[in-house]
Amino acid sequence: MSTPTTLFDKVWRAHEIHRSESGQSLLWIDRHFVHEGSFHGFNKLGERALPVARPDLTFGIADHYVPTLARDLDGVADPKVRSMIEQLSYNTQRHGVTLFGLDDPRQGIVHVLGPEQGLTQPGLVMVCGDSHTATHGAFGSIAFGIGASEVAHVLATQTLWQTKPKVMRITIDGQLAPGITAKDIALTWIARLGADGARGYAIEYAGEAIRALSMEARLTLCNLSIEGGGRCGMIAPDQTTFDYLRERPWSPKGEAFEQACAYWKTLYSDPSAGFDLEVTLHADEIAPTVTWGVSPEEALPIDQALPDPENISDPAKARQARDSMAYMGLSAGQKLTDIKIDRVFIGSCTNARIEDLRAAASVLAGQKSRVPGMVSPGSTLVKTQAEAEGLDRIFIDAGLEWRHSGCSMCVGMNGDLVASGERCASTTNRNFKGRQGPGARTHLMSPAMVAAAAVSGHLADIRTLSSQASATGVY
Amino acid sequence: MQPFTVLESLGCALPAANVDTDQLIPARFMKEPRSVGYGQFLLYDVRHDEQGAPDPEFILHRAGANDAEVLVSRRNFGAGSSREAAVYALVDYGFRCVIAPSFGDIFASNSVNNGLLPAVVEEDDAERLLTALGDHPAEINVDLVEQRIRVAEVDVPFTVSPVWRTKLLNGWDDIDMTRQHEETITRFAKDYARKFSWASPQPPETNIISKG
Ligand code: SF4
Repeated sequence: MSTPTTLFDKVWRAHEIHRSESGQSLLWIDRHFVHEGSFHGFNKLGERALPVARPDLTFGIADHYVPTLARDLDGVADPKVRSMIEQLSYNTQRHGVTLFGLDDPRQGIVHVLGPEQGLTQPGLVMVCGDSHTATHGAFGSIAFGIGASEVAHVLATQTLWQTKPKVMRITIDGQLAPGITAKDIALTWIARLGADGARGYAIEYAGEAIRALSMEARLTLCNLSIEGGGRCGMIAPDQTTFDYLRERPWSPKGEAFEQACAYWKTLYSDPSAGFDLEVTLHADEIAPTVTWGVSPEEALPIDQALPDPENISDPAKARQARDSMAYMGLSAGQKLTDIKIDRVFIGSCTNARIEDLRAAASVLAGQKSRVPGMVSPGSTLVKTQAEAEGLDRIFIDAGLEWRHSGCSMCVGMNGDLVASGERCASTTNRNFKGRQGPGARTHLMSPAMVAAAAVSGHLADIRTLSSQASATGVY
Repeated sequence: MQPFTVLESLGCALPAANVDTDQLIPARFMKEPRSVGYGQFLLYDVRHDEQGAPDPEFILHRAGANDAEVLVSRRNFGAGSSREAAVYALVDYGFRCVIAPSFGDIFASNSVNNGLLPAVVEEDDAERLLTALGDHPAEINVDLVEQRIRVAEVDVPFTVSPVWRTKLLNGWDDIDMTRQHEETITRFAKDYARKFSWASPQPPETNIISKG
């Protein structure tokens, strides 16, 4: 009998080309996504006059800098931004790489597009110059973000040197109560273990509550692995995964799909496989959660109040809490539901898939948002789908802007910014200082919670909001 | 790349936890070509006020900071995005070593690829170094051979992965290292394609050709 092996180890082993004496592994890369920021990597390749080793395994996606008001470059006022998008088109075309550009009806945020197109599959090793690449692990692949030097390395060799991380398992037992989402699971474990709690680890999510999640929700959960410091996040593929992948444009077809499926079914952690760390939570412990500070670890259930730094015994933590509150313009002991907001944003690779938009729309239906805000679908196909379902009307009628797909206000470099001092309830993944614009204050939460904040004008508890929202039962 | 052995220089104390990559370089600067020099963007929003006026109290605006090559900070330094630009900002400013109790994973490997040493110290030792440096750039010695850091009377050990240590000591570049394995890679790729044939993406029949 072979030794019990974790899901992570199974996939890692299938990709290990060579192991150096010092213990580093040279890994084979199945998919490499490049966005506008890849120009540094392409320039490095150019300096050595090297070709792209495997253009067939490389995919270009315009998302980080694309305008969300219109779909053409004429609307982009900043020539530097325009040049970023043009460089991606140029670099991909020159090297024979498939591009999902601004003109493409399949365009979208890389971590939404990959799964949607069926490019993301179980058992692969996938990389992209973006830390939220961890998202793709929802299918049982090893997926992680890399820097520009590594982008150049993958372009040149289709391989990457990596030191094998330790493996931890986060198990969520039981069933999530209505209104509790993958976003809440993530913010809860990160608050508990810290923003560096999973540093040095690959994470596998397991347990009854995880198995019950839809593909979209699994993507949200794995997406946030990096916010807890994890190298990547994975979920073993199962029927939900296979059903999602069947008939996707780039999925294997016919006989090949059946072969692939037979292999994918072997991708799980053997029952007695050992993990370097095990963390278990019960679904009952998870409430709708929001961040109040400037690190994703500064998160609390919505029915609580801000901590008092005076009562925090660890001086480093107390100092951090004080500093975060000063930046966020909040005070000790303030109730979360008393925090007034200035705007909302629904978007990003974390929470802008069709389910997310439905969840937000179910709360906003027939209501008015008390603050301005923006909705940017995760991909152009999600946008089309949402429009077919009439969700765009709900957002527009509530007073929100319905935009095109892109990274938009998640990162604030395409013109979509939160003004200095403004407070934004956001479905994104980072509440770092200045992430959504200089001086911007970000509170992270699920799409339904953002919608609840929009109709209330302040952070609000989705569970106590309105019976009419829960009656639809969508969220 | 320039090999890193012993660094005798000035060090700056940045006593904050979670100095993430969005702080190290705000995203709006990342559309600039590297040739403009990314040092000017380092910690931009932290050391300037809203009008863009520099904060004279900030450590990087103190006398001597321009010559400093070592930065000491608190836990979870470089957390967040994979933007290598955060490392470019540090390197272009002149830094060759960052010392902290822990680093964001991607940041640390990006650092090594640019010859910047991410030195991990115990939390207590980080505090001792921060205190010893004080609020002005001060002399510091980082010895990668012995893996020790000295500031005045304070003398502490640090860790760095052995692979990274070798790369830094020799100033090696990954692409050079990998191309020595070209034959093994070609053989592997062939086997892999046979074993996992479905993993090679096949364009859909009705493929769209995007021009950008
Ligand atoms: S939406 Fe935000 S986090 Fe996601 S890929 Fe874009 S910039 Fe990165």
